[in-house]
This record gives sequence, C-alpha cells and structure tokens, in this order.
Amino acid sequence: MLGRTLREVSAALKQGQVTPTELCQRCLSLIKKTKFLNAYITVSEEVALKQAEESEKRYKKGHSLGDLDGIPVAVKDNFSTAGIETTCASNMLKGYVPPYNATVVQKLLDQGALLMGKTNLDEFAMGSGSTDGIFGPVKNPWSYSKQYREKRKQKSHGKNEDSHWLITGGSSGGSAAAVSAFTCFAALGSDTGGSTRNPAAHCGVVGLKPSYGLVSRHGLIPLVNSMDVPGILTRCVDDAAIVLGILAGHDPKDSTTIQDPVKPFTLPSLTDMSKLCIGIPKEYLTPELSSEVQSLWSKAANLFESEGAKVIEVSLPHTSYSIVCYHVLCTSEVASNMARFDGLEYGHRCDIDVSTEAMYAATRREGFNDVVRGRILSGNFFLLKENYENYFVKAQKVRRLIARDFVNVFNSGVDVLLTPTTLSEAVPHTEFIREDNRTRSAQDDLFTQAVNMAGLPAVSVPMALSSQGLPIGLQFIGRAFCDQQLLTVAKWFEKQVQFPVIQLQELMDDCSSVFENEKLASVSLK
Amino acid sequence: MATPVLRWCCPGRRWVFAGIGGVSRHGRGVPTGSTSSGKRGQSSVAQQPLITAQKPRKGEREWAAVVGLEIHAQIASNSKLFSGSQVDFAAPPNSLVSFFDASLPGTLPVLNRRCVEAAVMTGLALDCHINRRSLFDRKHYFYADLPAGYQITQQRLPIAVNGSLAYSVCVGKRRSQMVTRTARVKQIQLEQDSGKSLHDSLRSQTLIDLNRAGVGLLEVVLEPDMSCGEEAAAAVRELQLILQALGTSQANMAEGQLRVDANISVHNPGEPLGIRTEVKNLNSARFLAKAIDYEIQRQINELENGGKILNETRSFDYKLGCTVPMRDKEGKQDYRLMPEPNLPPLLLYDSGSLPPGTDPQQVINIDQLREQLPELPRVTREKLVQQYGMLPEHSFALLNEVGLLEFFQNVIKETRAEPKKVTSWVLNTFLGFLKQQNLAVSESPVTPSALAELLDLLDRKAISSSAAKQVTDVKKGNPRAINKLIGLVRRATLGRADPTVIKEVLERQLSS
Repeated sequence: MLGRTLREVSAALKQGQVTPTELCQRCLSLIKKTKFLNAYITVSEEVALKQAEESEKRYKKGHSLGDLDGIPVAVKDNFSTAGIETTCASNMLKGYVPPYNATVVQKLLDQGALLMGKTNLDEFAMGSGSTDGIFGPVKNPWSYSKQYREKRKQKSHGKNEDSHWLITGGSSGGSAAAVSAFTCFAALGSDTGGSTRNPAAHCGVVGLKPSYGLVSRHGLIPLVNSMDVPGILTRCVDDAAIVLGILAGHDPKDSTTIQDPVKPFTLPSLTDMSKLCIGIPKEYLTPELSSEVQSLWSKAANLFESEGAKVIEVSLPHTSYSIVCYHVLCTSEVASNMARFDGLEYGHRCDIDVSTEAMYAATRREGFNDVVRGRILSGNFFLLKENYENYFVKAQKVRRLIARDFVNVFNSGVDVLLTPTTLSEAVPHTEFIREDNRTRSAQDDLFTQAVNMAGLPAVSVPMALSSQGLPIGLQFIGRAFCDQQLLTVAKWFEKQVQFPVIQLQELMDDCSSVFENEKLASVSLK
Repeated sequence: MATPVLRWCCPGRRWVFAGIGGVSRHGRGVPTGSTSSGKRGQSSVAQQPLITAQKPRKGEREWAAVVGLEIHAQIASNSKLFSGSQVDFAAPPNSLVSFFDASLPGTLPVLNRRCVEAAVMTGLALDCHINRRSLFDRKHYFYADLPAGYQITQQRLPIAVNGSLAYSVCVGKRRSQMVTRTARVKQIQLEQDSGKSLHDSLRSQTLIDLNRAGVGLLEVVLEPDMSCGEEAAAAVRELQLILQALGTSQANMAEGQLRVDANISVHNPGEPLGIRTEVKNLNSARFLAKAIDYEIQRQINELENGGKILNETRSFDYKLGCTVPMRDKEGKQDYRLMPEPNLPPLLLYDSGSLPPGTDPQQVINIDQLREQLPELPRVTREKLVQQYGMLPEHSFALLNEVGLLEFFQNVIKETRAEPKKVTSWVLNTFLGFLKQQNLAVSESPVTPSALAELLDLLDRKAISSSAAKQVTDVKKGNPRAINKLIGLVRRATLGRADPTVIKEVLERQLSS
C-alpha cells in the first residue's frame, strides 16, 4: 500500500480498501523504522493521528474533502506550521513554534491531508546536500536499496558498507528522502536555486518547481524572496499535478502571487507529438557533466525525436554568468532577510546582557552556522553604498539578461527545454564533504539555478539508474505560467522511461542492523 | 531591479491592497492649540531674523543659513501600512501587533490602499508630480524597536516628487505684514514607522512597544529653501493645516503624529553651501524654531572661532535649549538599501490610462482623488480676504485654531454686524479670552449665537463697545466686571433703577 502513488492510494481510500488511520499508522511505523535516514526533524505523530481520525469520520459519512483527504504528507521544516516547531535546521529557531500556518500548509490541511512531520534540510535551506543542518545530514534511501547494494557488492568487498551512504542532495533532502522511502505520499520542499529538483533527482522522485507567483510564499521562511518557490515532491508526475492544483492560486497575503484564477490541473495524455518542440540548450553541455548523465540526456532527446517531436539545439548565452550573479543576489537578500533574527521577538537569545548590541552579536553568532554567517557577511558587503552599483545592480542586470535568454528561446517556438538536473548521480557523504558548502552549491545548482532567476516552472523526472544503480533525473523547463503544459510533457516522458521502483524490502525487513551502525540517527523524534 | 522579471511577463497582475480600506478617523477632539499652534503671543528667538541681525564681528563676514526639512506625518488610517493591525495612539503596549509587525519569519507585507490614497492626495495638494510607478526599498539598521532589522520605505522612486509648499511669515517693523514664501517639495514617500523603546535606566532594561511599528508614514522632504527657525516653523505649520484639511494625517505634534528632522548649514553668501548637521525628532513648532536658530548660531560661532562643522546627527535638549550630538548615531551609518522583493511596483492610473474592465477596488485613479480634494487652507484664506475684506494675517489667525473658522462663520451667519467687526471681536476679544482660560474653541462657554447677539446689540448701539467687552469679561469669570455694567445701566436709567435689581437681572442674563 505504501509503495503506491498518491492517486492510487486516494482511490483505495475512497473504495475503503484502507482507512486513513491504517495508512497513517503504517507511515508512522515506517518513519520509525527509517529514522536513521534522518529525513524528519519533527514527527507530528499525535497531530497526524488526530487528523486521520477526522478524515476517517468524513469517509464514513461519504463527505471526503477530495483527492488529498487522508493522505500522509510531509513538509520541509522551513514552512511555518501552527503549533508545530519550525526550526529551519538552525539553532536560531530551535524551539520556535509558529502561531500560524504557511498558506500552502493550510491548503493541504484544508484538503484533509495528514501532516506526518517536518523534514530535514540544510540550515535555512542554504546548501545542496542536506548535510549542513544542526540535526545532521539526511541519508539517501537509495544507499540501502537492493539496486545499489548489489552493484556495490560486485565492485568492492569492503566490510564497512554503511560508511558509504549517499547524500540526498538538497536543500530539501528530507522531503525527497521521505517520499522516496515511502513514509509519505507527497512532500513540500522549497526551491530557490534547485533545492527541490536536485534532491528529487538524487532520490529518484519527481521534483516540481512551479512558476514564481503561482504558489504563495506566505509562511515559507525566506532564503531569496525574489526566487523562492514552494516545491512539490511526489512519486509520479500526476501526483505533482494534483498537489499543484491544490496549492496554486492567488493569496491575499502574498502580493507577488498572480491575480488570475487558477483552474485545477489535470494532465491530458500527449497524443500529437509532432506539435511539440523540445529545446536542448547547448550551454548545458559542460565538461563537468558525467558521461552517464550526458548519454541519458541524448537518449531522452532521441526518444522525443523518434516519437515525432521536433528537437532543436538552442542557446542560452548568459548561462555561465548565472552562478556568480546568483551568489550576489542570494547573499544580499540573505543578509537582509536574516536581519530579523536578533533574539528579541522569537528564537534563540544568548545569555549576554551587557548591551543590546552585545546581545545581538552573541545571539547571531550562536544561532547561525558558518554557511549562514558567511552569506550574511558577503551580502552586507555587496549592499554597502560603495559596492551596490558594482555588485548588486550589475547582478540584477545580468539576471535580466538570463531571463531574456529564456524568453527568446520560448519566443522562437520552443515549448519545453530538456536539460540534466544534476551533474551526476548522488555521491557518498564522505566524498561530498571534501568540498565546502559554497563550492558544492555553485557546482550543483548549475542546471537548476537560472530557472529561478527567470521565475520559470521546471520539473525533475527520474529517468533511469546509473551503472551504480542510482537514480538519474532529467529536467524540463517550461514557459512562465505554463506549468500544465510542462507537466504534460513530463508525464509523457515518465511513461516512456518506466523508471524502476526503489527496492527497500531488505531494509524494511531488517532495519535493526542498520540501527546498530547508526550513531548519527540519534535525533530527537517527538 | 530585483523585482522578478516575471512581472512584465504577466499581464493581469494587479496591486493587492490590505482588506480594510479604512476611513480616516476624524475629530478625536484633541486640540492642536496648546503646543503646535502657539505662534501667537509667543516671542521666540525666531522673531529676529538671525541672518541679517548677525553683525559680523570677526573678519567682516556675513552669514547665510540654509534649512531643509524631513517631515514625518503619521497617516490617518484604520490599519497599518503593510498589515491589518489597528492604529491607535492610546492602546495598551503591544496590543496592536500582527505577526508581520513582530517580523515573524515567513510573513509578507500587503500594501494598505488607504495609505496610498493619502500619499497621492497629499502629493496633489502640494502640487507634486505623482509617479505612475513607484518602488519600495529596504533600509537596514539594527535597533530594538525595528523588528525586521530594516524599514520598508521609498528611497529610489517615491510616490510623489517635485512639488511646492507656500507658507507665510510676518515681516515689517510691527510684524504685521504677511509675506508668502515657497519651499520646494523634493519628494513624498510612503514608509513604516518604528516601534517605541522605553529605557528603564533603574533596572538597566529597555522595554519595547510595537504598537507603532508598521504604522504608515508620509515622509515629506522639503528642499533647503528656508533660512531660519521661524520660516521652518511656518512651513511645518502650513503643511500641518494642509494634512488636517485633507484628513491624511491628524498631524498632532504632541502625539508624535508629526515629527520633523531639520538639516542645517551656514555659509558666506556667494560661496558653496556649508557642511550640514541634522537635528532629529523635533516634536513641537516652538522647539523646532528654537532648535534651528540655536543650531545656526552654534555653527556660526564654531566657524568664526576657527572650528569645523561635523556632518553629524544632533538632538535638541529642550530643557537646556541647545542641540547636542546624538550618541547612538555617532558612526557613519550605511543603510545598505536594496529593493523590497516582496512588493511589486506600485502602479497608479489616471482616467486616461486606466485599463478597461478593471475592478475599481483594485486600482487607484489619481484623477478621481483629485476631484475629491477638499478646499486647501490657502484657498480658504483667499476667500476670507475677498469675501470679508479682512487682512491676510487675520485669515491666517482664523485658520490657526481648530474650529475657529467655523465659529467665525457661524457668528457671521447670525449677526448683522460688519464682518470687520466680527473678525476683530473673534480674533481679539474671543480668542484672547480662550487663550487666557487655556480653552479650545470647542470648549468655549460662549456660543456663536451669543456672540452674534451681543454684536447685534452693539450694532444697534443698544450697548456700547465697552459694555459689550464687560459682558465678555464677566463671561470670562471676572466678577468685578459686573460692577462696571451696573454703573452703565444706572447711567442709562438716569439713576432711577435699584442697583441690587440691576445686579440680579444682569446675573440672570449673563449666566443664561
């Protein structure tokens, strides 16, 4: 039952094959079994069971609220949840319990979804590994899959098997792992430079970044306001469309959401491929791209072409400036957004009370990790009067050029762009931490980040397993507010490639051995 | 532009305004009289134009002073600039604080329509160019009563620019002649007010009240077109009257609804402007004039003694009557301005540019607001001068007190007396009486009808002018004045009336 898609389990609930409470309990028990993955920071067991009970009553009366009623979901721990601790994986917000729900959380709850818990991330979503939060790194469920383990056995005969566990990617790694390990049917991530799509690709799930302005950011603790978008992680494209249909639309609390009414998303099956034009941006063929990803990318292009679609090479000439431009804009907004964490109204406050300034300084030093502090420092540097023109204004201009690149390509008749999501498959944690957070983020955001600059919708769809038995995803990028068209193409592709289901049976039957090896999993679960 | 490029790809995106388009709160009944209007009868330092009075003692140098003003007026609206919290000066501490006002993470600003309308109306009243597109910025500084660590303001592209403010000052030997001067309005910007810090030095604690945090402010920036405290005070007073006429701000200085920062410098005529200082938080017209004149004199003395003026922020110590450097603003502040990413550009329309089929609730039409503008004080005064042939300074005096003009007009309506006589009676006898009793017009025991009746008696020569004045004296609470009236009656009756009867009748009449 847990391996099913959201749509399938929704049908099962409606038909009474399973009750919301049964479903909830099964997910809760799997969350406990997979605790070592460190996917969840907070498990909201009581809340979920209560919600399941309510949902069950509705089903009994035949008054179900819709497709999400009784469906277990998880939410990244940078979305405000009323009455449930929201930490951003930071000391600064440890113990902070918001008095309100983010709009997207409220919409899920209004549809009867069961909130299983809050998922792990990099501190304040700053990272690409889900390794840099105060609750420790998230482990990729594929590390424990039959597919990966068998390949590893063939190659090495090492005994210390578990030290080779893989990162999930990030920063929404907890949400990706939660969906991948069947502990929920959909999860919310956030996406500022690729934070939903990157872990989706590494964990073999669908990761959707909707158009900027389509989904409310109210209640999402910001990283970069002008690029942040709530992301959706599911096991298939149709499920992502269902969740997007519920979340999308104007929010009076977020002035940057669209005014136009949004219709529910249903994805038609693509029939006439000849009308479809797929663009392949040549700048995305970089030397760092692994040969395996590259060959899958061309295979995908060939697939579209062989089925009758027009596939053309296109150019996004300003792509190479994207990362450095992002660095300036991101750190500047971070410096500004983080200014509110001063220990006065909420969150961590130090014991020093010599003066207000000394209290601020110590609070912020204790509350933020090095990555956050580093970004605040560089952001404030870029915003200084003497630097503003040379850095911030220039970066904004480059941002405009990057966005225009996409507009030009779409104006030339391209419907959807096809690119890799990541350079390679997920790497072991030991390898990942050889580089610092900044270097890693710059490398890993390469294909995903320009999309955020332009506010476009994009989705990562798992395509195949690498020779190591690990998932590789490809990214589709659509026109602004053409999320439905984008998902329609992604759905067609998903059907063609038939990505294999993760085989975690061994893990689920015998987690005890894993538990024993785990020291890092000693995270408080509530 | 950090505002997402998407904005241009997305037609149909419109401004969203905070739900309650508030109605301004009229007449909280707080007279502005006592603190902010006290030009009459108060001889401040400003009465002597400093610049000319200053006889160069050292090196035969003449000095010219230049004064520019930044005036913050709290917008009269039901709710705050970006949140739905109520605005109320007198509410218990921290009782009017929304999640946004407390800067809870994840909250976003939603612009209040009423505040935008107030800014547009004020801009129109000051002959400003209204920008069809304006932007919001974040201005960063750490302060305990600024929860977000930044203030949302309009630094780069404000809602209104390039206007003018005409005001009048008294000149001439007897200071009886009114001369109109003009200060250019550089810009009007919408911005958030901060909270309040209350320092408890006994317990070495700072207490924070966030009720005011996020209240909408209009910052009106006046170019350095003034040259002394008196001019600055007169300009502020005129702006105050305009804001009150528009209903865009109650502009009560005593309640902090109008706060002034003054930029002051001195130079030798014909030479470049000197280094300026900023005197912050001037909360009454009297202190405003005093502080500016003190600061001008201080700068002149400093320079004449071979010193230098530092570009610094100072405050006015009203007890000592001097300006002092502000300690907490010593270092040069870099506000690290950046665009506010959560607010799309603010778009305004006129009847010509209004996109067809738009919901009037979702857009602001400048032409419509222009039509709704009430009569401005300048026009009211011109009308008084024309209609009643009164002196310009009298028209100023009538507008200077809350309710006085209405009182005057009501008297005029009911009496056959000459307008000049009414003016004189209202401004001299009646207003003098109120001042002496420290009363607002609304608290006056003398009704317009009573005064009108008295003036009619006077007009018919039924009583003499001195008798009429005695009547008001009795009204003022001077019991001995009645004796003079008794004398007048006895003389009128050729001594045939009984004084005790006269007294009884008079007392009955006067207390009615």
